[in-house]
Amino acid sequence: MEFLGYFGAVFTPMSMLILCVGTVGGLILGATPGLSPTMAVALLIPFTFHMDPAQGLILLGAAYTSSVAGGAVSAILLNIPGAPANIATSLDGFQMAKKGEAAKALQMGFISSGVGGVFGILVLIFLTPVLAKWALGFGPSHLFWIAILGVTIIGTLDTRSVVKGLLSGCIGLWIATIGYDSIQGVERFIFTDHLEGGVHVIAALIGLFAIPQVVEMLEHGRTPRTVTLMAMEHHSVLDSARQVFAKGRALTIGSIVGTIIGLIPGAGGQIAGIVSYDQTRKFSPNRARFGSGEAEGVVAAETANNAMVGPSLVPLLTLSVPGSPTAAVLLGGLLIHGIFPGPNLFTQHAPVAWTFINSMLVGQILMMVFGLYIARLASRVTLVPQPILAAGILVLAVFGSYSVQSSLSDVFVMLTLGVGMYFLARFGFSAAPMVLGIILGPIAESNYVQGRIIAEAGDGLFAYFCTGTLNLVLIAICAASVIYSVVMEVRTRRLIAQLQKTAQQEAAT
Amino acid sequence: MKRMLIGAAAALALSFTAAQAPAADYPDRPVSLVVVYSPGGATDFQARIVTMMAGEEKYLGQPMVIINKPGAGGKVGWNQYASGAKTDGYELASYNVPHFIAQSIKFETKYNIDNLEPIANWGADPAVFVVNKDSPFNTMADAVKWAKDNPGKLTVSGAGLYVGHHIAFLQIQKGTGVEMKYVPHKGGAPALKSVLGGQVMAGVNNLSDAYRSRDNLKILGIADLERDKEFLPDVPTFKEQGYDVDDSSVNFRGIMVRKGTPQPIIDLLAAKVPEMFKNARVAKQMKAGGSPMRIMTREQVQTMWKNRQVFLKELLAGL
Repeated sequence: MEFLGYFGAVFTPMSMLILCVGTVGGLILGATPGLSPTMAVALLIPFTFHMDPAQGLILLGAAYTSSVAGGAVSAILLNIPGAPANIATSLDGFQMAKKGEAAKALQMGFISSGVGGVFGILVLIFLTPVLAKWALGFGPSHLFWIAILGVTIIGTLDTRSVVKGLLSGCIGLWIATIGYDSIQGVERFIFTDHLEGGVHVIAALIGLFAIPQVVEMLEHGRTPRTVTLMAMEHHSVLDSARQVFAKGRALTIGSIVGTIIGLIPGAGGQIAGIVSYDQTRKFSPNRARFGSGEAEGVVAAETANNAMVGPSLVPLLTLSVPGSPTAAVLLGGLLIHGIFPGPNLFTQHAPVAWTFINSMLVGQILMMVFGLYIARLASRVTLVPQPILAAGILVLAVFGSYSVQSSLSDVFVMLTLGVGMYFLARFGFSAAPMVLGIILGPIAESNYVQGRIIAEAGDGLFAYFCTGTLNLVLIAICAASVIYSVVMEVRTRRLIAQLQKTAQQEAAT
Repeated sequence: MKRMLIGAAAALALSFTAAQAPAADYPDRPVSLVVVYSPGGATDFQARIVTMMAGEEKYLGQPMVIINKPGAGGKVGWNQYASGAKTDGYELASYNVPHFIAQSIKFETKYNIDNLEPIANWGADPAVFVVNKDSPFNTMADAVKWAKDNPGKLTVSGAGLYVGHHIAFLQIQKGTGVEMKYVPHKGGAPALKSVLGGQVMAGVNNLSDAYRSRDNLKILGIADLERDKEFLPDVPTFKEQGYDVDDSSVNFRGIMVRKGTPQPIIDLLAAKVPEMFKNARVAKQMKAGGSPMRIMTREQVQTMWKNRQVFLKELLAGL
């Protein structure tokens, strides 16, 4: 309960001001496609140079927390996830917006982000010492199986066709191999200098989601009804809150999945939202409605990607090992102030460390409040005439993909993938499995390669990857995921066949 | 036609005068510094600290702006820099030795020590050999003995191939005469994580990173000519322990420009930049971040680059 003593430092006027600025700034940065939480934190580090350590960290923590949630805004309103973490949010969120429930989707997204976020920070406060060692135990073989678990989801992510979902995923896995491979440094598919650095996942994300959207909007722009407006209804915050808390299943699964995936160094919180979305769908009686505007899907995704924030700092704060790219950037922010994370952090720098963590707890609440306010304003985006909206998105897409690595190559890659996606989408392929493939490919591959090298020196490939409790548990989860998908697919087909039969019989009689 | 000719002549004259008198008011606008690693990494973090005083009148009088161009272990950024950067003195880049030299030897890169000009060196991060706190190895001799009995079984993590850690590993293997297994990772932090998590038996890592995790590690040796008196005075060098490993793997970080940059500008930068590194506030922040400094002038770096080139060509020839 030591942390309670340091809440005073969070509630000073200066700290609260910084917290508010960081939260609002983070929401806006997060909502901009291409500005991922990692970028948002990196952009703010220079501003902390001249602050005192606690205040600098409050700013960074607030930006991290709220940029993860901010990504939901563009995912819901425009079907363009602000960061890879928000892909799952767009699946049902955008469908809700199409039905005129943009305000409701945003409100529910922010409330569930807040719930998940608070849960994650509480895990960070109370369970850090226990979990730090456990999290470090995940080695290449385990990460490989986690990536494979992600791959098993790829096929079913797109509800329209398993085969096309799998094919989209394969294209994504292929795209991920382009560039120098990250372990051996071998060149692959670099047929132009622009591909030297590979395809950055953010550039791909923007291209695959935003460009088809822009082209479609412009297409409509040429029709006589130049201005198509999405209907938008007002929605009471209280009602949204009531609905969120009624979705206990999604909240529970989201919090747990987000926490576990956040803890594991190298798994990348990027897939927390998708895994949680998938698990919730499998356990939900409304599974058929997922993908067509089911609020439970938004809750599951947003709870998980904010629950990941707190636990993702556990390895960093206790062992000085950054478990995610954002944690690595935060490490830089800590070091600049001479604060070395590690076992002594909470004894040597207790005031700074606890102020930082407490501010993130308060930040989660502020994020929810500001988010709900912004939701009201932001949902007006749907009232903007489509041609103007399309132009705006295009500008943001170019800006966002350029800013990732200050490289024009990323813009070309983004545009190429986007145009390609526009045509593929006409044949029923979808962007989400493709991006998932791009994210999972490198995790699976590099961990397999590392595992193979370690296995060569030890007990051999099979023993390394397929024995040990953790490996077996993960393999069992992967198998269950595949079997479930197959069974459901077969059952649905039978059902459809049966319905057709009865329809035919009825027609005959 | 005539107008075009006049225009072309004017443009030519303009570019000529621009090339003639570059240093007069240089720099009169902010100078960019390309860092080829991601924001938050050790190089980026240190570059931000050592350049933070650039705006002071006695140094450059203009701020330095960091531009990150990460990708493929630095190859993307350096390739772009060496082939496309302007040579007007407003586009600088950071270097990491031995990384960029080793890469230019092993891969078809657009950069090498001949088309880049060093300005000054700010830091030197030696490689250290680390094992988990719970490891049975307490000295380098323990690890060597075990590796001798189990050739090729001792797994050692490090950040990627042909970087300082890998060079240090090759040297340690050569110097101790035993065969070990190098496990490349995506960077120094994941490599250290594998040691802490027990996925590998040992690791080669940066002194600064190992120093921060010293409570969970045993640091068995330092691949440098001297001990590090400031951070790890108790850790012996490999030489002290009787293994022939010198400082060739030390990760030197500094600033360079593209060849073709006018000599007066190079001279000006070479005079002012080391002074900027010596600033007391810079030193204090670097020490606070656990980053060892080693300030070297342009001439010293030129010699160091040439020596590394010769050494690395020989070491990597057999691979």
